[in-house]
Amino acid sequence: MRWTIAAFLLGFALTCWADDAGQIKTASGTAFVERDGQRLPAQVGMPVRQSDTLITGADGAAGVTFTDNSLLSIGPNSVLAIDSYTFDSTTHRGQFDSSLRKGTLAVISGKLVKQSPDAMRVRTPSSIMGVRGTEFVVKVD
Amino acid sequence: MAAIAVALLVALFLLSRPPSETVVVLPSADGHTGTVVVQRGEERQVLNQPYAASRSGEAAVVRLSADEVRQSFGATLQALPAAPTLFMLYFITGTDELTEESKADLQRILSALKQRPVPDVVVIGHSDTVGGAEANDRLSAQRAERVKGFLVEIGIPAGRIQTAGRGERELLIPTASNVDEPRNRRVEINVR
Repeated sequence: MRWTIAAFLLGFALTCWADDAGQIKTASGTAFVERDGQRLPAQVGMPVRQSDTLITGADGAAGVTFTDNSLLSIGPNSVLAIDSYTFDSTTHRGQFDSSLRKGTLAVISGKLVKQSPDAMRVRTPSSIMGVRGTEFVVKVD
Repeated sequence: MAAIAVALLVALFLLSRPPSETVVVLPSADGHTGTVVVQRGEERQVLNQPYAASRSGEAAVVRLSADEVRQSFGATLQALPAAPTLFMLYFITGTDELTEESKADLQRILSALKQRPVPDVVVIGHSDTVGGAEANDRLSAQRAERVKGFLVEIGIPAGRIQTAGRGERELLIPTASNVDEPRNRRVEINVR
């Protein structure tokens, strides 16, 4: 019985991993992950998935490492939606789209962009940014 | 009365104006600066110089100072996770014992790992081409497990460490069969 549960939990954990786009590596102040209409407090070690939205309050900040080694962080009073994320760890192909609705964002691009320029796009209310392998910051007031 | 009307108009203008946006390309840690293409309606701006910035409502690309970037983005940049890193350790021939040099490196690597709050680690063992393929599969897996042991000792949960032994399939230095090549007897530690 105990083994059945252990095997089930392991299978569950592996399934979760397969769906994860990344993981929260830094979190401070008020920070949430909005998933399926629910707000979960952002905690270090927590998975981040496609369709999640990261939200911070006036004292908040959070950073995520994605499976392609892209690094993203948001500062205070920010809303960042992970619109879509796919990454094939063998071919390094995929697509990473996110939208900064407000606040500040910092990005260090990863393997996706190295493999195919334009694999990463960041949207703001009035622009679309194509990323060709770089470190950059974005602010929406 | 007129003053109130003006104030109302100003407030209305502020509320209805599109949000102001800024995009700045930064030099990366290795000094290289990449490219970001900003498409804003019909306008297209290419940012490929350190601290080159695109601002909504401004037709020309401007250059900001490192200080200006720090002022607006300091807290955001500080929240960036540590960059994923690859460490290498080397072994004495036919064993899972580290070379003297790698023993010293191990201490450095372990203290670097202690700085990461929740590291995800992949440990991959390799061998040179001395001995049979099956024995080398076993030996490379054993090397990976040995290194995992060091990581567990400093408190990294075993569940966050994946191991694999690749035998002589991924030689760092390509050699013929049965060649004693120290650089192939290695373990790669990928930390995220």
